[in-house]
Amino acid sequence: MSRLSITPWENAQRTVDDLYADMERRISAAPCGNCPVELTSAFLKLCLAQSCGKCVPCRIGLDRLSALLDRLLDGHGSEEDLETILRSAQAIVDSADCAIGFEAAQMVLDGYVAFHDDYLAHVAQGSCTANFKSVPCVELCPAHVDVPGYISLVGEERYADAIRLIRKDNPFPSVCGLVCEHPCETHCRRSIVDAPLNIRGIKRFAVDHAGEVPAPPCAPSSGKKIAIVGGGPSGLTAAYFLSLMGHKSTVFEAKPKLGGMLRYGIPSYRLPGSYLDRDIDCILSTGVEVHTNCNVGTDVTLEELRRDYDSVYVAIGAALHKPLGIPGEDAQGVLSAIELLDTTIRVDKPDFTGKDVVIVGGGNVAMDATRTAVRLGASSVKCVYRRRISDMTALPEEVEGAMAEGCEILPLKAPVRIETDEQDRVTGLVVQPQVIGEVKGGRPAPRNADQPEEIIPCDVILMAVGQKVDSKSFEQAGMPTKWGNLVAADDGSIPGMEGVFSGGDCVSGPATVILAIEAGKVAAASIDEYLGCHTDISANLEIPPAPFRLKNATGRIDLTEREANWRKNDFELMENCMSDQEMAQECSRCLRCDHYGHAGFKGGRKTTW
Amino acid sequence: MVTLTIDNQPITVPTGTTILDAARQADIRIPTLCYLREINEVGSCRICAVEVEGVDKLATACNTLVEEGMVVRTNTQRVRITRKTNVELILSQHVDHCVTCVRSGNCSLQKLSKDMNIQAVPFTKAAFERPWDNTLPILRDSSKCIKCLRCVSVCERVQSLGVWEVTGSGAHTTVRIRQGLRMNEAPCSFCGQCVAHCPVGALRERDDTEKVFAALSDPKKEVVFQIAPAVRAAWGESLGLTPEQATEKRLAAAVRALGVPHVFDTTFSADLTILEEASELAAQLAHPEQGKLPLFTSCCPGWVRFLRREYPQLVPHLSTAKSPQQMFGAVAKSYFAQLLGKDPEDIFCVSVMPCIAKKYECDVPQVSDAAEKDVDVVLTCRELNRMLRAMQVNVAALPEEDFDAPLGRGSGAGVIFGVTGGVMEAALRTAAYLLTGFNPPADAFREVRGDKPWREATFPIGDTTLRLAVASGLGSARSLMDAIQAKQVSYDFVEVMACPGGCSGGGGQPIHDGQDLSRERGACLYRLDQDSPIRFSHENPSVQALYQDFLEKPLSEQAHKLLHTDQSTWSL
Repeated sequence: MSRLSITPWENAQRTVDDLYADMERRISAAPCGNCPVELTSAFLKLCLAQSCGKCVPCRIGLDRLSALLDRLLDGHGSEEDLETILRSAQAIVDSADCAIGFEAAQMVLDGYVAFHDDYLAHVAQGSCTANFKSVPCVELCPAHVDVPGYISLVGEERYADAIRLIRKDNPFPSVCGLVCEHPCETHCRRSIVDAPLNIRGIKRFAVDHAGEVPAPPCAPSSGKKIAIVGGGPSGLTAAYFLSLMGHKSTVFEAKPKLGGMLRYGIPSYRLPGSYLDRDIDCILSTGVEVHTNCNVGTDVTLEELRRDYDSVYVAIGAALHKPLGIPGEDAQGVLSAIELLDTTIRVDKPDFTGKDVVIVGGGNVAMDATRTAVRLGASSVKCVYRRRISDMTALPEEVEGAMAEGCEILPLKAPVRIETDEQDRVTGLVVQPQVIGEVKGGRPAPRNADQPEEIIPCDVILMAVGQKVDSKSFEQAGMPTKWGNLVAADDGSIPGMEGVFSGGDCVSGPATVILAIEAGKVAAASIDEYLGCHTDISANLEIPPAPFRLKNATGRIDLTEREANWRKNDFELMENCMSDQEMAQECSRCLRCDHYGHAGFKGGRKTTW
Repeated sequence: MVTLTIDNQPITVPTGTTILDAARQADIRIPTLCYLREINEVGSCRICAVEVEGVDKLATACNTLVEEGMVVRTNTQRVRITRKTNVELILSQHVDHCVTCVRSGNCSLQKLSKDMNIQAVPFTKAAFERPWDNTLPILRDSSKCIKCLRCVSVCERVQSLGVWEVTGSGAHTTVRIRQGLRMNEAPCSFCGQCVAHCPVGALRERDDTEKVFAALSDPKKEVVFQIAPAVRAAWGESLGLTPEQATEKRLAAAVRALGVPHVFDTTFSADLTILEEASELAAQLAHPEQGKLPLFTSCCPGWVRFLRREYPQLVPHLSTAKSPQQMFGAVAKSYFAQLLGKDPEDIFCVSVMPCIAKKYECDVPQVSDAAEKDVDVVLTCRELNRMLRAMQVNVAALPEEDFDAPLGRGSGAGVIFGVTGGVMEAALRTAAYLLTGFNPPADAFREVRGDKPWREATFPIGDTTLRLAVASGLGSARSLMDAIQAKQVSYDFVEVMACPGGCSGGGGQPIHDGQDLSRERGACLYRLDQDSPIRFSHENPSVQALYQDFLEKPLSEQAHKLLHTDQSTWSL
């Protein structure tokens, strides 16, 4: 008999692996607002099941920790128990022999710190402070759009009603149907069965099939006037809702057209102007007044706006290029990604024909610049990033799309300086190879590899390493700032500046369109309250009842894109819409969390805000 | 219309009907536990599971709508085993000390367990024990709670208070008072609707029967019982009496059989309340500039608590007249004590009420004026039933007897206090007399009757037209108060009762799971009024004698001292 043999792949192990895969999907679909103590206790039991049982801290410690947590959950915990939890978890971290033990206890410690108030509540009141949320997609959508509601409307081919329902919370259905980062999908309960719903894809379908849907009527005029500084998604969202509430909103926009980053920052192959205009036309149809080419700070001052209007919403975005600070950044041929994207909507777009282009950055803007460079005719496009591809903050499908269009991603290269010729024209980017290292602040940090610098020859360098807020004139007008961002409370109000509100990228730093929309919605509600009004926004729509025949495990419909070799030659919309057949199947996968489960306890739909 | 088949029977029902209702229409029984029509349709107990052809999972009949051609089976082995298992699971988290449980014999879980022929539970018992302040009028035993969420729903959806909430998740999901507050910090009205809708013994009233038995056997105590109007319409329901047997005269005999020497009637003091309140209304109508209009009735302590907590700025609109219960106590411990030649503190005043909030009211220190406590103990109708059982009173065999004099005589107007709109109607009969000098026809104001939760009426009386509103249920009361505050409506006189249907549907009435008998009980009270020889409170000779001999006239100084209160000072 041989000393070695091929290990047969046992059925039992296969089943265990399947179970773990199921569990991973279930964990990804974690409901919002779970009791953290309950979860920790459950995770501990899983860890214990993985323990080999050799060492005391893991074998007994994890078990006793779990029993202590159960005592808290039963309402019999004491402050002494909390101390014991802390002490013993630390001892397990410090003395367990392998990761199965020490990582389990570390998780208890981390949870104990993060949810300390909740642990205390379990002792003091015998119950939890966590607030279970019924519908994950609605909860995770920053604008809290009624996702199951509109999916069921789309499923019944009531597209215009779907748009009406979306607009109750978000006046940008067309924009979001194309470019939303869809946080709603991250904890979709359908993941427990198979995979999350393609929520954005369904919204896109509704947008493409609804035709023109007029805005709802506005409330009777309140006689109040609001100035909105910035015509981007946040400012326009606030303007829309304030109009519906019966207030007169006036938008001041520095650029010639409305839309902000949606128009000047997102390339039209992802978001064609026609889609953006459709949303903006609807917003303006509510009676919003607009002053374009009007710079607040020079053409009109914040003080004047405060004097002439009942309230002011500052939503100026974060559209200023942030330089990296390496030598040669002012050379000819170095452009900020923002500047480049801004120019592509013009007739006289730049021409990169025959040029070698290098992009610096790993976010969505970097990918937009990369793919734009391809479309401008560059002969080669390379994206240089300091970490690994998997660390890029751009959506994975953006990175894959760019690669399919022939771009190269060069990971683990940190830009050092820009080389130029005697006319100060870019000739190359010098980079220092990196090695990925220890996890710091939740992300593995890169550090210099023990390899020499490299040079990447190129004619154009596009910098996409971040944007900042053009906050200077607002700071001078007395608005508080931190790290260059404006400072506002969670309700959008500005401490110490009555009647002035702010939100969106200019407060948060560069973020997503749906977060800007959330800020606009919050500001509209806060301004309405500030003006002494309490005007409800609602959409009076009958939602189809939840079917009780639910679809068996079924694959998710992913959206396709136009063939890479074609789409890379133009700025036409690259993503295809679902077919009728695909839409019907995808809608039928919705588990209707607004009806089943916890929603049955407490009601799953909020029809008014 | 939709046609479906349930257990091979073709059934046609309107679109939007649930499987449960469709089955009931065909006399097919599907058991339920958490379900309360239009109030709690959460489908949490999963007992009403049925098989639907072509669907893998079982469907819950209570919240699944019928579909054309649907084929439903309610009595398969799979259905039975599933229901049985779910009942067993519920039992594993329920302390089933049935022999000592107040709801034994009237418990939906007990009945289900019996129906499912469960003789042992295969699961480990794991019930939650949570401490509770047992001095409160409402008691909660968390070890019996089955998390059906009826209390949460009824409090939120019907009473608009949201005192209860679900908290925790998974196995530790439990019901608690909102935000972990204590009961006296929560906006609880003590209406007891949660108790009345609890399918098991998790929620109940504080049992005060032993205090009454002790007083009855104390030779120093002169025990006086008053029995609320609405009790006579419900007292026999859980004693196995037919409505014909459960008369008010047999009720008087039954209470007397407990050894109670003075069996009186709250209807008497209801008449007294009417005289004071109608006089107050007439006075306010003459002086609208004092801003007390609309005048609010104040006989329901659940409503008073609600107004104090939720609309403190409207409290001055409450009539200062005490409730009939408290007027009775004040009169019993002054006028009647004098008649007996007794020290008021030796009178032990017990009231039998359809209500739990009355237990709170009698404990409010500011409401007692004739003694330390004008009313010593409040019993719910259920507690009276328990006393009768404990004393083995064979009620069906008792001959009918009259209430005692002088505090045992009331008018038909006093009787209808027990039903929504009744206080208003009784007050109008006397107010019309006070304003015009003539009795109106006794049924002149029947337009205020009905079971719409918020009703309006206008009546010309003398030279004025009275604008009236009646609400029952605190959710309707909230809508009404919001409308008044928003100046969308304008009234002269408003009656509010905290429980839907008024005292007939009170939180202290006998419990019949899933059935609302307030309408039937109300009809019984209207019949008694119809048949009453006296239909006007001001014609009650005992009340007339009381004024003549003791109080002088309505709103007199003595009447103010004993019969009025300032609700804004009440301890909550």
